[in-house]
Amino acid sequence: MNPAAVVQMKGISKTFGEVAALRNVNFEVGPNEIVGLLGDNGAGKSTLVKILTGYYQPDPGGEIYLKGTKIDRLSVAKARDLGIEVVYQERALSELHSLWRNIFMGRELANRWGVLDLKAMKSETQRLMMTAMGFTSAAVTPDSVVGAFSGGERQGVAITRALYFHAELIILDEPTMGLSLSETRKCTDFVRGIKQAGKAAIFIDHNIFHVHPIADRIVVLDRGAVAGEFKKDELTLDQLISRLEMVAQTGSLENHNSVA
Amino acid sequence: MNSAAEASPISPVASSSRIGRTLRKYALQIAIVLVLVVIWAFFYWRSPRTFGHYDIYNALMVTTPYYALMAIPLTLVIIAKEIDLSFCSIMAWGMAAYDLVFLALNRTNPILAVYLGFVACLVAGLVAGYLNGWIVVHLGIPSLVATLGTQYFWRGAVLVVTNGEGLGMTVVQSTVLYPVLDGYLFGKIPVDFVWMILFAVATWWFLNRHKFGAHVYLTGDNTESANLMGVDTGRTKILAFTLVGVISAFAGFVVSAGLLFLWPTLGEGYLLNTLASVFLGGTSVFGGTGTIFGTFVGSFIIAIIDPGIVAAGWTAYWTQFIYGAIIVVSVALQAVLQRRLA
Repeated sequence: MNPAAVVQMKGISKTFGEVAALRNVNFEVGPNEIVGLLGDNGAGKSTLVKILTGYYQPDPGGEIYLKGTKIDRLSVAKARDLGIEVVYQERALSELHSLWRNIFMGRELANRWGVLDLKAMKSETQRLMMTAMGFTSAAVTPDSVVGAFSGGERQGVAITRALYFHAELIILDEPTMGLSLSETRKCTDFVRGIKQAGKAAIFIDHNIFHVHPIADRIVVLDRGAVAGEFKKDELTLDQLISRLEMVAQTGSLENHNSVA
Repeated sequence: MNSAAEASPISPVASSSRIGRTLRKYALQIAIVLVLVVIWAFFYWRSPRTFGHYDIYNALMVTTPYYALMAIPLTLVIIAKEIDLSFCSIMAWGMAAYDLVFLALNRTNPILAVYLGFVACLVAGLVAGYLNGWIVVHLGIPSLVATLGTQYFWRGAVLVVTNGEGLGMTVVQSTVLYPVLDGYLFGKIPVDFVWMILFAVATWWFLNRHKFGAHVYLTGDNTESANLMGVDTGRTKILAFTLVGVISAFAGFVVSAGLLFLWPTLGEGYLLNTLASVFLGGTSVFGGTGTIFGTFVGSFIIAIIDPGIVAAGWTAYWTQFIYGAIIVVSVALQAVLQRRLA
């Protein structure tokens, strides 16, 4: 067990009937580390994340540690309380509603009778817009409707929200999917903001051009197992690409010679 | 989505003035008030004698609350992306509970029988509304189907309980309930209209200033993201359905006490007026948006058409035709406005 790790998962397997979605996976995220989780569709990325967020229980034998403490039955509510927050591309925001309603979604500032503190929520939103979300135009207010924002801006809103509520580990599920180049840049800037805020992140994607520039470490999943992992400094982007091609062919990164 | 992004308020071209923003924000409410004013002006022009006299407004204030009371909580259900078709039957079901209690106690103490009957009525409405919500949330049955079913169920229950017979309610006049629910304030203003306003203001407050309302909006727009962010969408929906149940029973009592007679067919004919009030008021059938103010104004648009047509000197055959035309035109207007503002 590594007490410094924000999250450590040991010997995680998950079978659905006859199908083994994950086979004996070891995975950890260090403090203030951005881990890129790469893998093809069906490699087990989302199953791993769903176990980490308490949505699925792993098969018996798997262990999950959060900050060195063993967690026995992780539930969605427990994971959230422990500071694990997921940013889903499509499901993160309520598009018909204002910025402030989205920031405080499910965690409204209210007194004990449930009466909303609109003033506080709007002024906090205004402050976050200036400091964290990078909205400078006077046309955007806490009352602006989120549906009018671009894809990158929406990711920014969701990430800002997670940081504001003290998430320790933010999981980004394919955050750049469907975004234009400039929007992708905005989004990756927000991910860098997570690191600057001293928090950790898991960046799930199958586009390695998006993962490589911002990840500290890259973990490659293939057919339910960890095919390899390496620190970013160890490899150039080109080397990474040829390794991934090898994974696709052999399911393993063990034979390093062929790449060098 | 691209076109929406281009028209986004982030672009400097978009109106950034305070007045412009306010106009945009309240565009739907302004539009619905304009629709009411235009219709009223037209009827006034056709029949200044009727619409220049207080009597017509008195009549409107008495009868509009009969269904507008229910349209108010129904607005919450529809914002939460559900529908309730059973409230008309719950209106009668509440009064069936009154009927049972009243007949049981009538001989010993008729006054007490009325009060306890009134309580039974509200409780019966609460149970029926809760059951609607429970079926929708916990059995996962779409509310359109679930409440279509309970609509028949409660109407059937009413007929079984009352044997299809009515009940005289003159005793209510000897209780405080009569002046409080069906009397006149300052001898001029029908009390049920005052109740409607109070209830509308209270619901507006809960919708806009309380966690419950915030969760109603979030539940209706994107149930999944609301759930992921910790909103108890199931409880929110059940509460909204329960509120419709209680208020329907309350409205049932107000109507019956006003007529001094309970008809087992009570509530029949209110379904479409009530739904039309909500949709006229700008509440979206897709959930997530809607206002109490809109519903309030919408219910008066519905109310004014009937007497307006008669006063204008047309045959009542025109009524449904005009209803339909006004609903279609107003809703189309809102759809266009909404797309422009998105």
